[in-house]
Amino acid sequence: MALRGDWVYENNGGTCVAIAGSDYCVVAADTRLSVGYSIYTRDYSKICKLADKCVLASSGFQGDMKALQKNLSAKHLIYQHQHNKQMSCPAMARLLSNTLYYKRFFPYYTFNILGGLDNEGKGCVYSYDAVGSYERVGYSCQGTGGALIMPVLDNQLKSPSPLLLPSRDAVTPLSESEAVDLVKDVFASATERDIYTGDKLEIIVVNATGIRQEFLDLRKD
Amino acid sequence: MEWGAVSSEEKEVSTILESGSQRTLSPYVTGTSVLGLKYKDGVIMAADMGAQKLNTRCSYGSTLRYKSVEQIKPIGKHTLLGASGEISDFQEILRYLDELIIYDHMWDDGNSLGPKEVHNYLNRVMYNRRNKFNPLWNSLVVGGVKNGQKYLGMVGMIGTHYEDNHVATGFGNHLARPIMRAEWREDLTFEEAVKILEKCLLVLLYRDRSAINKFQISKITEEGVTISEPYALKTFWGFSAFQNPTKGAEGSW
Repeated sequence: MALRGDWVYENNGGTCVAIAGSDYCVVAADTRLSVGYSIYTRDYSKICKLADKCVLASSGFQGDMKALQKNLSAKHLIYQHQHNKQMSCPAMARLLSNTLYYKRFFPYYTFNILGGLDNEGKGCVYSYDAVGSYERVGYSCQGTGGALIMPVLDNQLKSPSPLLLPSRDAVTPLSESEAVDLVKDVFASATERDIYTGDKLEIIVVNATGIRQEFLDLRKD
Repeated sequence: MEWGAVSSEEKEVSTILESGSQRTLSPYVTGTSVLGLKYKDGVIMAADMGAQKLNTRCSYGSTLRYKSVEQIKPIGKHTLLGASGEISDFQEILRYLDELIIYDHMWDDGNSLGPKEVHNYLNRVMYNRRNKFNPLWNSLVVGGVKNGQKYLGMVGMIGTHYEDNHVATGFGNHLARPIMRAEWREDLTFEEAVKILEKCLLVLLYRDRSAINKFQISKITEEGVTISEPYALKTFWGFSAFQNPTKGAEGSW
């Protein structure tokens, strides 16, 4: 029955994407919650607003996702009480990494992307693995549809290559509306081939004026 | 330090903690699917009343040990809780909730715990038990109405949870949810909701090995909780193929 510890985790599926621009950041995730070959619900948000300019999207095991979001929100509240200001995105990025590594030997089974604006108002995206190793990038995608989406983003975003010297900012030269359109296109494509991605797409755009939310219907099969 | 107790005949699944107490990691007496649906006045839930006892801890078949198990219970004034899975763990959960409701009542501040709070609490309890490798082996359905707002959600054994207009546990996810998705609408009357649930219960009765023909339907509205008397559904077995099962294939098998 439960001879090993494999019952402690399950993959509830889903895909997240984030794209950083010169003065905006787009974070998107589908809203399907699956288990095995069943769908639990078509309307579960994988995105959590942690701070004014900082948004977390996670996919993986939903129990851990929720616990991680609550953990970070609580730590952010304490930070606000102690420092009388919101946490910046780079600070939250390091906090998330440390929180994940803290459970290095019983990990949070979550694949996270942190998106927002850095201290200069430029878009920033941080991409993580399950145990906290992270990197600031211009764009990223995680989750069951990640491998389907990443090559399309590489091709379409026209971001400067990370191999260039002197190193350039990784943000995309695309405008905010072009980036949002691209996100909608890649999710429509991922939905075609990934059984765990679909139902509805939640898009969050962070820019100087604040945080905006948009929804798009995806295929339900 | 812990060590596992492994007997020679079967790979036993109890682990002895250094405190000396044991925990089991496989269910022993289990109930089957619970279904839930939101309707115009509130929330309606249904489950059958049977509980299977597994023979030894491995998959060696089971016995229908109890035929009058109440899988759905009211919690406080505003909530109904249904559980499938290990019955003794459900009883433990009811004890946790009893304590919670009594403490809440003792504040005597005019406020009372609603279904959202109960759902969140149970979510945390299930997740934290999973973190300690000592789970409550249940899938819970939490439903209720408070201040006119209807709520229906599910929490699984390891803390997976969601909220929706219709929920089901176990086999219900495969057999009942598709029916609910096709037929659910906003503002169903009580009779319409019962019809949908009975359709689902009938499919489960035919196709789930552990289901029995004895059900209870419970509803919760702003006025309160009603749990029906146990009743049975009409089944049909008069198919011609059942009349002479070996026709066309004579022989020992």
